[in-house]
Formats: sequence, C-alpha cells, structure tokens
Amino acid sequence: MPNKIPNRQAICETLMEHAKFDRDIVALCSDSRGSASMTPFFEAFPEQSVEVGIAEQDLVGIAAGLASCGKKPYAFSPASFLSTRSYEQCKVDVAYSDTNVKLIGISGGVSYGALGMSHHSAQDIAAMAAIPNMRVYLPSDRHQTKKLMEALLQDQKGAYIRVGRNPVEDIYSEDNCPFALDRATVLREGTDVLLVACGEMVRPALDAAELLAGEGISCTVLDMYCVKPLDTETLLKYASSAKLIVTVEEHAPTGGLGSMVAQQIGEHCPRFVKNLSLPDAPVITGTSREVFDYYGLTADGIAKAIRKMLK
Amino acid sequence: MDNRELTIHSWDLRRDILDIVMAGGGGHIGGDMSVLAPLLLLYKKHLRVTPETVDDPNRDRFVLSKGHSMEAYYAVLCDCGFLDLADVKARFNKLGSPYIGHPHNVLPGIEMNSGSLGHGLPVCVGMALAGKMDKRDYRVYTIMGDGELAEGSVWEAAMAVAKFGLDNLCAVIDRNRLQISGSTEDVMPEDPLDRRWAAFGWNVLSVDGTSIDALDTAFETAKTVKGRPTMIISNSIKGYGSPVMENKAGWHHKVPTAEEYEQIKTDFLRRKEAARHAQ
Repeated sequence: MPNKIPNRQAICETLMEHAKFDRDIVALCSDSRGSASMTPFFEAFPEQSVEVGIAEQDLVGIAAGLASCGKKPYAFSPASFLSTRSYEQCKVDVAYSDTNVKLIGISGGVSYGALGMSHHSAQDIAAMAAIPNMRVYLPSDRHQTKKLMEALLQDQKGAYIRVGRNPVEDIYSEDNCPFALDRATVLREGTDVLLVACGEMVRPALDAAELLAGEGISCTVLDMYCVKPLDTETLLKYASSAKLIVTVEEHAPTGGLGSMVAQQIGEHCPRFVKNLSLPDAPVITGTSREVFDYYGLTADGIAKAIRKMLK
Repeated sequence: MDNRELTIHSWDLRRDILDIVMAGGGGHIGGDMSVLAPLLLLYKKHLRVTPETVDDPNRDRFVLSKGHSMEAYYAVLCDCGFLDLADVKARFNKLGSPYIGHPHNVLPGIEMNSGSLGHGLPVCVGMALAGKMDKRDYRVYTIMGDGELAEGSVWEAAMAVAKFGLDNLCAVIDRNRLQISGSTEDVMPEDPLDRRWAAFGWNVLSVDGTSIDALDTAFETAKTVKGRPTMIISNSIKGYGSPVMENKAGWHHKVPTAEEYEQIKTDFLRRKEAARHAQ
C-alpha cells in the first residue's frame, strides 16, 4: 500500500502533538495553510496561529519578532516564495538577528509541476545555504520528517526546512527510522559507487542502488537530509573508497547538494563527482513525476547514468 | 529630568553624535539629528527598559527600523548607561569593532538587527503579538524613516497591525522630508501621509518632531488608545541643530570638515543656551 501522507502533513501532526503542551509553539501562514496541511493546527490551536495574508516578507518578520520574545514560530509558505520574496527577512531578521524561526518551505522543488518557474524552487538550497547561521534541511520521507521536527523543536536556532507537496514512498518506518541531527543516514553500504541524495530524491537513489546491485554494482547510499551543515565526516568516510560519487537533488545544478559535496570532495579526497539535478533553465512543462522522468531523476534514470559512467 | 531639562540635554547628545561621526569617519548625520528628539524621549521617559532589565520578558521593546541613524542611537544608549561613550568613540567603524553603522543585537539593549529598510515594523508586529499572546503589558516601539515608507513590507505590516488590533504598538515616522536623492515628495510622494495611515486603521498623531513637549504628549496619548496602534508622524528637520546641515539632502551621510565641525559645535552651543533661557 503506497504511502499517502506527504511530509508536510507529518510536520503538522508533529507540531500538533507538541503544541498541546508547549504554548509557545506558533504557526504562521501566508494564505498557505491548506497547501501546508496546516488547517488542522489552525483549527485546533487558534491562539497559537497567525494568518498574515499573501505577504511573505511580513510572515518572516513577524515570526522573527515572535521568536525574539520567546515564542517558537514555524513560518509556512511555498518554498519558491519563502526563499526569494522573503529572502532578506530570512537573512536579516532570522539568521543575522539569530532568532529561533523555523522556515518551512512547502511544495518545494518542482512540486507545482506545470505551474511554471514562478512556482518552482530550484534555487532555495543555494540561496538559503549561502546565509551565515542558516541551516538547511530536506527530509526524505514522513518518518524522517517527524524525527527532524522533533529534534528542531528542542533547539533555539533558525533553520530552513524544505518539503515537497506530494506523498513520498516510505524509506523508513515508525519503528525503524535511525536519526541523529546533522548526521547523514547510511541507507546501504557498497564498494563501487557513493550515492548522496536529499529530500524526495533519496527514494529513487535507493531504488537505483537496488537495481544496480542485481547487476553486480554495489552502492553506498547516504540520505543527506542535512544539506547544511553537511555531514562531511560521513561523506568522506565513504567517498575515499568509492570509484564514483554521484549526487542527486531536486534543485538547479549550481549551489545545491552537488556543489557542496563536490567542494568537500575536491578539498579532501579529489575524485570524479557527477551531479544529477534539474537543469540551469526553466524546467520542461509537466507534472513533477513527468519532470523527474524527463531529467532522469528516477531510479531508472539514476541507474542508467551510473552504468554509463562506469563503462 | 523634565522636558525642559531634556531639551537642554539633547544638545549635549547632538554634540556626542557629531563626535562619534568624526571619530568613526562616517555616519548618517542628517537623520541622526532629525531622529534624536523622539529617540531620546523614548529612552528617557517612556521605554521601560534599563541596562539591568534587557532580558526581562516584561520590558518594553524598541526597534530602530531606520537603522542608519545608528550614531544617534549610540549617543542615547550611552547616555542611558547601556554602552560606554568613550569606547564607542574609540572603536566605532574600526576593524573588528562591535560598533558598526547599524543596530547589532550583540550589544546590550539592542533587540534586533536592522539596516535594510522596511524590517522594523513587521518585527514589531511579532513582538506585540507575543505580548498579547502571553498577556504581558509591555509596549513595543519603532522608529521608521519617511524614505523607508516606499518599502512594500512596511505596508504589509501596516495591514497586519490593524488586523490584530495591536494597541500595544506605537510607531514613529521621522518625517524630515528628505532622503539620499532629495525630497521624498520628488522621489516617491507620501502625502497625505496622515490619511494614508489612518486609512490602514491606525490612530495617527502628527506633531512637531523638534519639540520634546509635543512628542511627549503624543507618546502619552498613544498609551491611552485601545484596539488599534498609533502612528506618530514626527515632523522633523534633517540635520537639525545647525544651518550647516539643516534641510540639506547632501548631509544624509557626510563627515563635516574641520571648519564645519567647529561651526556645528558653535551652533549647538548657541541652541543649547537658547533652550536654557526659553520659558
């Protein structure tokens, strides 16, 4: 039975569990509570909910003001708008002023499919990661999303969390979801290829490794949900012995996971790194599934690219 | 310190600002002079915060949204015991100094960083909302520049303040009518400013921004208004205090020459004497 719970819903459920006991948790939406799956929170906790209208700058500024007074704000907006329209507020009011605002970028990457480039966030990792004192997380499935949110509820620092719109097939289960904050999760170990993925690309990367295993190609797969701070230690541990390093991300080719991994590999153990990503161009029109197929960001596409490189 | 004494004292702080700008080799001196009266009055008489209570959850909050008027803010923070004036003068703008040209919240008494415009009001909405949520009686203040009002984020927050009925928030516009390129009315017209804010649901008070008495009355009035925020339009004079600088857009950011410095000092002393003899 395929999973029907998107990561955004896991965020809402986790916050609702904690908001009952922690009255400082505040959710803010910019006319985005439906898209964010946050309607149940707003209905259950009206005193802890703030609707600012379609005003992303205000969304983040208000959240920062709340945080400076001891609140624990979670600001929800489509990743495309949150990471661009309110970029300066993320930089100045959250990161620079060091406020405990959790920025939740919903419908990230190409979730909005045929709605076009205005609604795609293929630049958010690069933008957010470039800000000093800003952490960037792209959880892979609903179970990891819950673990991540529970960990972030315990700290007092700002962070950007990007999730997609659609349900992602489970990687972990409720009983088996190993998680340590800012440490990549090793999903499988192999000797030939190191596959590093984040967000919705972890599942196809893992499936590609399974396909390749049947052909005698063994892969390590890292779930690098913590894009910043990147888990360099785990990365280098596996990179030093791999014949090939491949990154997979739902992001433009510049400034994302691939760039960060390549920077570390280049500095510490130089070798070939292939970055599988969206293009440096508006993506082709289609559903997100069709877009992934077109650019080879699927299990088959990833396996095909690896076979070609190993030839 | 009563209002008359505060007015006289304000001329000493203008001298401090002048010296800070000279020491640092830069500063937004024109806006420093126009914003000083409401800023000083707030800290001396209205804001319930001291160097000992900067972490008290019940303290009043202030955000200098026109963050470039930092030299005036330094002068006031020093005068109120948050910072040391000699240290500020010695290190302002210097390599590795905490005293930069905009508010930086590593310093005691500064709540939030600013510098890019249009940030203060949204942040203050959050602070005021938190106060309402927690049923605390603190008040939240911000001062914006008039040129700053062209930023769209100001008007996003203007709507939100009214929506949430934040009567614990009082904002000030330093209405000196000049910005770096010239007259605000040429760059991006703002009049009728009072009607614009009133249309957004604010209680609007338009006062003489060089008068401590008039500003004091406005701040007191704002505390009595229920259900909506108050906007004080502080009609001020850029470069206030010396004909060398007054109403000249070129003094938005400028370091006086040695000759100008002497003249400005003399003008401040003359105005201080006039204030001392005023009834």
